[in-house]
Amino acid sequence: MEILLVIIIGLLYAAGIYMMLRRSLVKLIIGLILLGNGANLLIFLLGKIVKGKPPIIASSENMLGEIYADPVPQALILTAIVISFGLQAFAIILIKRAYKVVKTDDLDEMNATDEDL
Amino acid sequence: MNNPYIVLPVILQLFIAILLMFSWSNKNIQKLISVTGSLTALVISLLLLIKVDNEGIQIMQAGGWEAPFGITFVADTFSALLVLLTAIAGLAVSVYSVGSVRNARIKFGYFPIFHLLIMGLSGAFLTGDIFNLYVWFEIIIISSFVLLTIGGEKAQIEGAIKYVTMNLLASVIFLTAIAILYGLTGSLNMADLSLRVAEIENRGLVNVTAILFLVGFGIKSAVFPLYFWLPASYHTPPPAISAIFGGLLTKVGVYAMLRVFTLIFIPDTFLSTVIMVIAIFTILSGGIGALIQNNIRKVFSYLIICHIGFMLAGLGVYSTLAIAGAIFYLVHDIIVKTNLFMVSGLIFKFKGTYSMRLLGGFYKEHPKMSLIMAIPLFSLVGIPPLSGFWGKLLMIQGAMDQSNILVVVFIILGSFLTLFIIARMWSEVFWKDGPALPEKKHIKYYNALKPLKRKAMVGSIAFLSVISLGIGFGAEWVMRLSIKIAENLMDPTLYIQAVLGN
Repeated sequence: MEILLVIIIGLLYAAGIYMMLRRSLVKLIIGLILLGNGANLLIFLLGKIVKGKPPIIASSENMLGEIYADPVPQALILTAIVISFGLQAFAIILIKRAYKVVKTDDLDEMNATDEDL
Repeated sequence: MNNPYIVLPVILQLFIAILLMFSWSNKNIQKLISVTGSLTALVISLLLLIKVDNEGIQIMQAGGWEAPFGITFVADTFSALLVLLTAIAGLAVSVYSVGSVRNARIKFGYFPIFHLLIMGLSGAFLTGDIFNLYVWFEIIIISSFVLLTIGGEKAQIEGAIKYVTMNLLASVIFLTAIAILYGLTGSLNMADLSLRVAEIENRGLVNVTAILFLVGFGIKSAVFPLYFWLPASYHTPPPAISAIFGGLLTKVGVYAMLRVFTLIFIPDTFLSTVIMVIAIFTILSGGIGALIQNNIRKVFSYLIICHIGFMLAGLGVYSTLAIAGAIFYLVHDIIVKTNLFMVSGLIFKFKGTYSMRLLGGFYKEHPKMSLIMAIPLFSLVGIPPLSGFWGKLLMIQGAMDQSNILVVVFIILGSFLTLFIIARMWSEVFWKDGPALPEKKHIKYYNALKPLKRKAMVGSIAFLSVISLGIGFGAEWVMRLSIKIAENLMDPTLYIQAVLGN
């Protein structure tokens, strides 16, 4: 399971960076989304994957005895997903707006900020 | 000391933003709420700094969960000082916005988003939890995205694409670094991390994580070679927005670096060399970039980069004196950079252009105004006894003590470049006889503004200029604070004890 996740994370990061380096605006956003998902899976992986051991303390004991699934990474991923969802929604609206204003989705042609006023 | 009131600067900004949203359609009430709210925030932050300075580090355990399990808010002198500076810059920009931001932008929610940005900044300075820091960073960037694009002009949108991409990338790298750090230590509390990272035997992996943090924060604070988004975007929004960006957004990256690289990752020779080399190239590329620019706002954008290099050099030298210098410089830089972007906006209101070639004769036409503008300009250069001088003096002393001649040379070179650039700007904009500029119809010139708006713009610039002078002439007080902060950063025992108890 871990090996599989490691490969998937590597692929997501590589594909994300590759897409970000393309000139198209849409591919740029796709790249960012892939990178974000890669980071979320990385948190999941590094939080140590444990199967079928919820962190529930039995009523007869007062602390967790054996190995248990750490709930913190899941809370972190949930937060990160919500945040990246909001940011990606903004980014998608932004590229739509940029396409309307600049009339191109080629990043190389977006040079208005470099013009000498 | 457990003290729930330390989050008041954050809560207050949220409260102001909510109030502003309820008065969405009435721009006069919005302006009133924004200014009085910012004034209240300033008073509260000042009280917080005095309390922290007198009584030591104040902490708050959110929800009563003891550290390291809950989220901790920590107000040490460093955090409290930066919260105060945020409040000062926030007040100045809020007043300046009353005079300079167009109604169309106010209608689309300029003021509420502005206060959410200030909330994010205060939160980032106060948190003691690395993942919570990430969340505050996200609040900061989402608010800054909206502020940058509000109005939707072509240059703004294009600048925003570069800005958004790089900041999202920085967030992903920061998140990756947090993931690895959590995998290594199983903790997120910064004080707890400080203890646990020191125990890890695999130093190579620790260094890789540290470099990931350096890259993440480096993009946010615009260091070489990750700064290209800054000069592409900071000159596009209205001056009030550039002012808050230039003053505070890059500085929160510097704050995070100073915090993380003194508390969690103590730099070894490798890491401090990397930081030092980056600092030197940042100073050079910022300074040389500013040399060839013609748009005054772009010149200031490149100067931000150049001066981020100074602070990084202070961190790279890694001695109490050098870090105290970096902190003094940070204090000075926040006030002066905010002020300079506001000055550029005022010049635009008079002349209708940002181009140095077209500008001129400002001193002859407005001698009193020019004198107020001269204060931030020459503070930036650091002519003694103005505020920029003392921070550099401390840093050079610190580098000399470590016999780190390279850093001394480049700090002096950076200062010299700044001097040359500002002197050239002074002669181009203020002294030379400029060409007669045609009146542009779509610009509302200064003389056409209502007296209240004029007073708001000039008043906020004068306010920050007075504070700059105060930092310069009251350097002893700021220096005492900086040295105290640097001592606490170099020896984080107090911080760790305050958070974790015993």
